[in-house]
Amino acid sequence: MPFALTEEQKLLQESADRFVERDYGFDVRTRLAGSETGWGAENWARFAELGWLGVPFPEAAGGHGGGPVEAGLIAEALGKGLAVEPYLWTVVLGGGLLARAGRTDLLEELIAGKLQLATGFAEPQGRYALNDVATTAEGSSGDRSISGRKAVVFNAPSADLLIVPARTAGARTDTRGITLFLLPADADGVELRPYSTMDDSRAAEVTLSGVRAGGDAVLGEIDDGMALLEPAIDDATAVLCCEAAGVMQALVSQTQDYIKNRKQFGVPLSSFQVLQHRMAEMFIHKEQTQSMAYMAVVRAAAGDGRAASRAASAAKAYASEKGKLVGQDAIQMHGGMGMTKEMPISSFFKRITMIGSLFGDADHHLDRFAGMGAGAA
Amino acid sequence: MDLDIGSEDRAFREEVRAFVGRNLPSDTREKMRRGLKLTKDDVIGWHRILHANGWGAPGWPVEYGGPDWTPTQRHIFEEETGRSHCPRLMPFGLKMVGPVIQAFGSDAQKAQHLPKIASAEIQWCQGYSEPGSGSDLASLKTRAVRNGDNYVVNGQKTWTTAAHWADWIFCLVRTDDTVKKQEGISFLLIDMTSPGITVKPIITMEGGHEVNEVFFDDVVVPVSNRVGAENKGWTIAKFLLGHERTSIAEIGRSKAQLEKLTEIAAAEQKNGAPLLDDPRFREKIARAEIDLMALEMTLLRIVSAESAGGVPGPEASLLKIRATELQQELGELLMEAIGYYSHPDTPEALEFGWNEPSVGPDYAASLSPVYFNLRKTSIYGGSNEVQRGIISKMVLGF
Ligand SMILES: Cc1cc2nc3c(=O)[nH]c(=O)nc-3n(C[C@H](O)[C@H](O)[C@H](O)COP(=O)(O)OP(=O)(O)OC[C@H]3O[C@@H](n4cnc5c(N)ncnc54)[C@H](O)[C@@H]3O)c2cc1C
Repeated sequence: MPFALTEEQKLLQESADRFVERDYGFDVRTRLAGSETGWGAENWARFAELGWLGVPFPEAAGGHGGGPVEAGLIAEALGKGLAVEPYLWTVVLGGGLLARAGRTDLLEELIAGKLQLATGFAEPQGRYALNDVATTAEGSSGDRSISGRKAVVFNAPSADLLIVPARTAGARTDTRGITLFLLPADADGVELRPYSTMDDSRAAEVTLSGVRAGGDAVLGEIDDGMALLEPAIDDATAVLCCEAAGVMQALVSQTQDYIKNRKQFGVPLSSFQVLQHRMAEMFIHKEQTQSMAYMAVVRAAAGDGRAASRAASAAKAYASEKGKLVGQDAIQMHGGMGMTKEMPISSFFKRITMIGSLFGDADHHLDRFAGMGAGAA
Repeated sequence: MDLDIGSEDRAFREEVRAFVGRNLPSDTREKMRRGLKLTKDDVIGWHRILHANGWGAPGWPVEYGGPDWTPTQRHIFEEETGRSHCPRLMPFGLKMVGPVIQAFGSDAQKAQHLPKIASAEIQWCQGYSEPGSGSDLASLKTRAVRNGDNYVVNGQKTWTTAAHWADWIFCLVRTDDTVKKQEGISFLLIDMTSPGITVKPIITMEGGHEVNEVFFDDVVVPVSNRVGAENKGWTIAKFLLGHERTSIAEIGRSKAQLEKLTEIAAAEQKNGAPLLDDPRFREKIARAEIDLMALEMTLLRIVSAESAGGVPGPEASLLKIRATELQQELGELLMEAIGYYSHPDTPEALEFGWNEPSVGPDYAASLSPVYFNLRKTSIYGGSNEVQRGIISKMVLGF
């Protein structure tokens, strides 16, 4: 049966939802977002205990043998609570790259909750193109020197290790010639300029000035980093779409409650038909985003590259566009209250807005989807 | 039918342009251009510069110190100043309470308030909305109880823009709760330094402070500060809603934003070429430009009808709806243009004189905050749903 969850998946979903409902109120989220690291170490330990950090990884590496579907269910729940923990960056993307490169040693640390990761997949000039890599790794295989700039590296301020695509051959936008390096975040020549983001995540501009990398720093094959990076980003994109669906569910249900309770002209706002119809549209957008997100994680789990890529881009183009509409209407229907920092709805709106451009905006994924040609994905 | 404004108005446009070029302080211009924070002094300073030239009250007749401009001249002034990055003059005195006092005020009120509004000596704010009364403004509850020559005011206003800058507030208050809600409202002018007034900031989602809550606790207001008759305040509120609709179109400011968008799209890269050359993005800019054109041409038709002696009717609600949607659309494209650099939140970079290198390109820091902030435009000033209601009722007769 399409979309039917297994018993295990159901339990996972329930436990994630329960965690968010019970322990992740908006006041908790606000406190964590304002803390020094911007997320909760105690929550991370909980995630480790609950097994969420190991969910998508092979049993051989100490994981639970799940994959993008399981990670997507967790991300969806975290989206409903607007959780600030770097699950996407450390577990889904960073861990995904380590798993693809067969680094079980590091996965064990990650699953135990002892490792934070950040990946520098964007450069200042590159917009959303993964292949636009001006960062260079010069020298010979055993001893390279990496220099360049990585833009808006999420979770870099908390990261122990940075995963850095750098050019070992070819011209700036060639797909071949990119190698992934695993660098200690405190290595000589790594400089971070940390900041908060619009949606209360943490990120940094990362400047690499002659950072030394030995042979053991290479993840995957020399010159063929894209073979790891692209599918790992596709997986993360699919999981992010699940988070978007979670955020949209919260936007819809909070707006639904608000217009039921807020009265003007002696009646609830929900008695006005224009608002009823707009909420019906929001509901449709959220349902279909969820459908697309589930499709994308299922395709990702199947691991058929092209089908997974098409599905990720389709889901992301959809989620970016509809997420924007749902967010804007949620604010509009809250009236002045929606404009305030204090009201949770504005934080959900900011998160859905920023998700819109993460791993590429609607236009980027439309281009990519169209470029992959027709086909029953 | 032609599209020509005529040589006199063209000369006027040149005059305004030259004046702005010579007199707009360069730091103010820079802040406006880059979307940095303006201080009260920037806004008032510009108002005073205009006042010294006899342009302090652009929409007013000469008897109250205005330049007595035609509707076309007013439009040209709005467009030119908007386009050339002049701060928006605070509307609460000039476009709201000023015209109210001119139409309904006593001679004493005119003498006391109008000159100080025109000269920017006194700043005003608007105390209409309340926590329970937004779209349904007539349900307002702030009470004014008569006590000899005074009213005693108790209650709360909210969303009061610039209350923290204001010397005076004009309020709709309830003076009779035994009659139909519209018939028990009066219009009061209240000195913000009166004992019993408390102003509390409301921080908007992007982190800015422009709106406030204003609390009234036994505030004593002389009856002589009432404008118009007791319980006739709703007539004044309606008069205000119809006033100066045309300035809401913000054509000049949207043109400036479109220029900025084009510049940024030329500087941003997509696949190694300027974003401006990307067919998808170029089409979006073209759409925005066409939307702007449609708005401008509609505005010009309304201005032209006004010049021929007509009064803009409720159809002018369309200007409010389309102008705010256009501002939001441009804000959205500006944010979209900068890709990942829409993510960093660096409020310090919005302070003028902050000299550190910026996180992304130097035009980037303000664009997401502006996008978030612009969501207000379809909510305030009569929400766009309320404006559509006005068109349905007053124009279409439903
Ligand atoms: C930044 C900002 C500045 C402001 N400045 C001022 C100021 O200086 N002075 C002042 O007095 N006020 C000010 N306001 C208040 C503003 O006028 C109100 O926010 C506005 O009237 C909407 O009221 P509300 O916020 O109570 O929303 P509500 O009236 O509760 O409306 C919520 C939603 O329901 C919709 N809705 C309401 N009624 C209907 C209906 N009958 N049919 C269909 N849809 C409907 C609205 O359009 C909106 O989308 C400001 C607001 C903002 C956000």
